[in-house]
Amino acid sequence: MRRISWTGALAAGVTSALVLTGCGGGQGPGGTTNTDTGSFNGKYDGPNVELAYWNGFTGGDGPFMQKLVDQFNSEHDNIVVKPNTIQWADFYQRVPAAVQAGQGPDVGVMHLDQLATHAARNIIIPLDDLAKEIGLTADDFTQDIWDAGIYKDKRYGIPLDVHSLAMYYNKDHFQKAGITDPPTDEKSFKDALDKLQAAGFKTPFWMPSLWPSHLMFLSLMWQNGQPPYGQDGKEAAYDSDAGVKALEWQRSMVDNGYSPPNVAIDSQYQAFKNGQNSITWDGIWQINDLEASGLNYGIAPVPTIGDEPAFWANSHHFFISTQAAKDKNKLQASKVFIAWMSEHSADWAGSGMIPARKSVRADAVKGMPQEIIAAQIENMRFLPPVPGLGGVQAEALEPQVANGVLGKGDPAEALKSAASKANQLMQRNRESFGN
Amino acid sequence: MASTVTAPRSDTVSDDRRGGAPRRRDINSVGFAPWLFLAPYLVLFVAFVLGPIVYGLYISLHRYDFTLPNKPFVGLENYTDLFTPGSITYSSFWQAMRATGIFTVFSVPLLLVVPLVIALTMNKKFPGRNLFRAVFFAPYVLGVAVIAILWRYLLDSNIGLVNYYLGLLGLPDSTAWTTSTPAAWFALVGVTVWWTLGFNAVIYLAGLQDIPKELYEAAEMDGASRWQQFRHVTLPGLMPVLSFVTMTTIIASANMFGQSYLITKGAPGTETRTAIYQIAETGLRNYQMGSAAAMSYVLTLFLILLSLLVFWLFRDRDTPKKQKAEAPLQAAPMMLRQGRG
Repeated sequence: MRRISWTGALAAGVTSALVLTGCGGGQGPGGTTNTDTGSFNGKYDGPNVELAYWNGFTGGDGPFMQKLVDQFNSEHDNIVVKPNTIQWADFYQRVPAAVQAGQGPDVGVMHLDQLATHAARNIIIPLDDLAKEIGLTADDFTQDIWDAGIYKDKRYGIPLDVHSLAMYYNKDHFQKAGITDPPTDEKSFKDALDKLQAAGFKTPFWMPSLWPSHLMFLSLMWQNGQPPYGQDGKEAAYDSDAGVKALEWQRSMVDNGYSPPNVAIDSQYQAFKNGQNSITWDGIWQINDLEASGLNYGIAPVPTIGDEPAFWANSHHFFISTQAAKDKNKLQASKVFIAWMSEHSADWAGSGMIPARKSVRADAVKGMPQEIIAAQIENMRFLPPVPGLGGVQAEALEPQVANGVLGKGDPAEALKSAASKANQLMQRNRESFGN
Repeated sequence: MASTVTAPRSDTVSDDRRGGAPRRRDINSVGFAPWLFLAPYLVLFVAFVLGPIVYGLYISLHRYDFTLPNKPFVGLENYTDLFTPGSITYSSFWQAMRATGIFTVFSVPLLLVVPLVIALTMNKKFPGRNLFRAVFFAPYVLGVAVIAILWRYLLDSNIGLVNYYLGLLGLPDSTAWTTSTPAAWFALVGVTVWWTLGFNAVIYLAGLQDIPKELYEAAEMDGASRWQQFRHVTLPGLMPVLSFVTMTTIIASANMFGQSYLITKGAPGTETRTAIYQIAETGLRNYQMGSAAAMSYVLTLFLILLSLLVFWLFRDRDTPKKQKAEAPLQAAPMMLRQGRG
C-alpha cells in the first residue's frame, strides 16, 4: 500500500512538471526553410494532390465555408481539399506544433493579427507572388487591411474578409421605449439607455467582464484618439488618458445601473438572445446565430462614445504553411485554392462576414444584415502586425479590463499594471523574435 | 585435461540442483526474467516520465520557444525570475500558487470527510443501496468539460438557475459565483467536491469492507459505543486507505486546472487562475516554455515536500513497539478487493 501511494504521488506530482515537455518535443525549424515560393500561373496540372485545409469557422460561418470547399473540389479533378475545423483558441496552439511535425495544414485561414506571429515563427510563407498573380492590389482593399498582412516587407496573408465589433439591439424593446433610430454617439446612446429603463428594461446594456470586453476597450481607445500600441506598435498605451477614459466608461455602465454587476462569461449575449437586455456589442459573426434564434434584432455600427468613429475589427487571411512549401505540387495547388477562394469571396458574405475586396464588397453585402457595417469600413481599426501580440493581450490586458469592469480597484491603476506587464512581454517577444 | 574435468563437473553440479531450490545458475536467469516482465512498464516510464523530467530540466534552463530556431541558454534565469519581485513571471506565478493553495486548503478536507460519511452510509444495508452507490459515483464519470459547462451556466450570476432558485427561496440571489471571490472559490470547491467525491467514497468503501467484522463484534462485547467503535476500530482500520486518499486528493487538488479554466476563466482578473493554468498559459499560449518548465519544477518541489509531510503524519507510530504482526493485516491491499460486495 505504502509503496503504491508513494509511486503514485511521485508520478502524479512530477507529471505536472512534464505536461509541457510532451508538447515541446518538436525540433526547431533551424531557420533555413526554403522560402522560395516559386512562380504562379493560376493553374495546377500536376498529379492528384490532397490539401489539408485548417480553419476555425466553428460558428454560423462553418457551413458556408464547407459549401465553398465542396464547390472547389467539384471543379478541380486533381485537387482534393480536406477541411479541418478547430476552435480558434485551440487553432493557434495547434498549428505551430502540427506544422513543425509535418502533420499540420498545407493551407489555412488565420486572423490578420496572428500573421506576424506565425511569420516570425516560420510557420507560414510569403505570398507576394501569389498576390501579384491574382491581381490583388492595395487599392482593392483599405490601407489598414492591406498593410496588416505585411511583416518585414513581405506579404504573408491573402485577405478573405473583414469582421468587426458591432452593436446589436432588440427592435421590440426599442419600439416599446420609443426609440426610432439606433444610437450613434455617446449622447444618443445614453438617451436610448434611459428610455429603455423608463420603458421597464431595468438593465438594458450588460457590460461583460470577459470576452469581448477587451475588444470594447480597444474600440473606445481608438475612438479616444489613441492607438492601443502607439503608431508603431512598439509600446502598449493602455494606461494613456484615452485608455483610462475607455475603461472608466465601461465601468460607468455598471455604476449607473445600465448593467448588472459581475456579468460572467458569455451571459451578456445569452441574455440578449433571451430578451433580458436590449443592447449588446458583439462580433458580426454572430449574425447567423441571431437570425437562427428568431429574435427581432437590429444591427448598427458601434456608437462613437469618444471623439471619432472607430471600432475594433479583424480580418481572415489565407496562408500557406512551410509544410506545404516543401512539396512543389502542394504549394502550387494551395495557390490555386487561395486564388479561387479570393475570386469567390463574394459568396462568403453569406457567413455574415464582409468581403475584404472592394470590387466585390458592395454587391456581396447588398441586403445583408452586415451591409450597414460594411459601409463603415474606413472606421475599422486593426491591431498592428506585431509578433506575439495575441498572447500579450490575453496575459496582460484582458484580466485587467475584467478587473476594471468588475470594479476591483481603480481603472487607472489596473491599466498601469496591464501596460507595464504588456511592455515586459513585448520586450521579451522582440528579443525572442529578433527585432 | 583440466578443462575436461571442469566441464562435466559443472554439468553435474547444475544437474544435481535441477528441480531443487534455485541456486547460482537460476539466480543468473532470474536476473534477466524480471527485467523482461518489467520492460513494458519500464519503456513507458522512461519515455513518458524519466525522459521528460530530464528534458524538462533542460528546457527550464533555456528561453525555449519550440517554434524558433534559437533557444538561448539562460542558466537559472527562469528560476531566479520566479523569485524576483517585479520580474516578468513573479507576480502571475505566485498569484497562481496562492490560488492553488486556497483551492487545496478548502477542497482537501471536504474531499476527505464528505466521501467518508457517504462511504459509512453506503456500507450499511438498506434497500436501493446499489443505486445510491452508483448515484454518488456517477458525476465522476463525466469529463471536466461537461461538468464545467453545466455549472458555468447553472452558476451564472445573472442568468443562472442557482441564483434563480436561491431568489425563489428568499435568499440573496445576486451572488457572483463565477466573477467574484470568495464566491468563486465556494463554487469551484463545491463543484469539485460534487464531481470527485465518488472516487474517494469508493476507495473508503473498499477499505471499510476490509475491516474484519470480528473486530466490531469484539468491541461491542466490550461495550464500546458507536462512536468508540468508529474511533477505535473503523479509523485505525482505514489508516492505510486514508493516507492514500489524502495523498491523491492533495495532488489532484494542487493540479486543478479544468474547473477554473472553463468555469471562471480565472476570473475575477486572474484570481482563480491556478498554478497549472498559469503554466499552460505561459508555456502553451505564450510559448515561454522555459519559464513554464521552471514553474512546473517549483510546483513539483512544493508537492514533493507536501507529500513527505503527509507521509510523516501518517507514519506508523505504533508499529515498532507493538502489534507489528497486526499492521500488515490492516494494510492488506484493499484496492485489489474493491470488486467485493
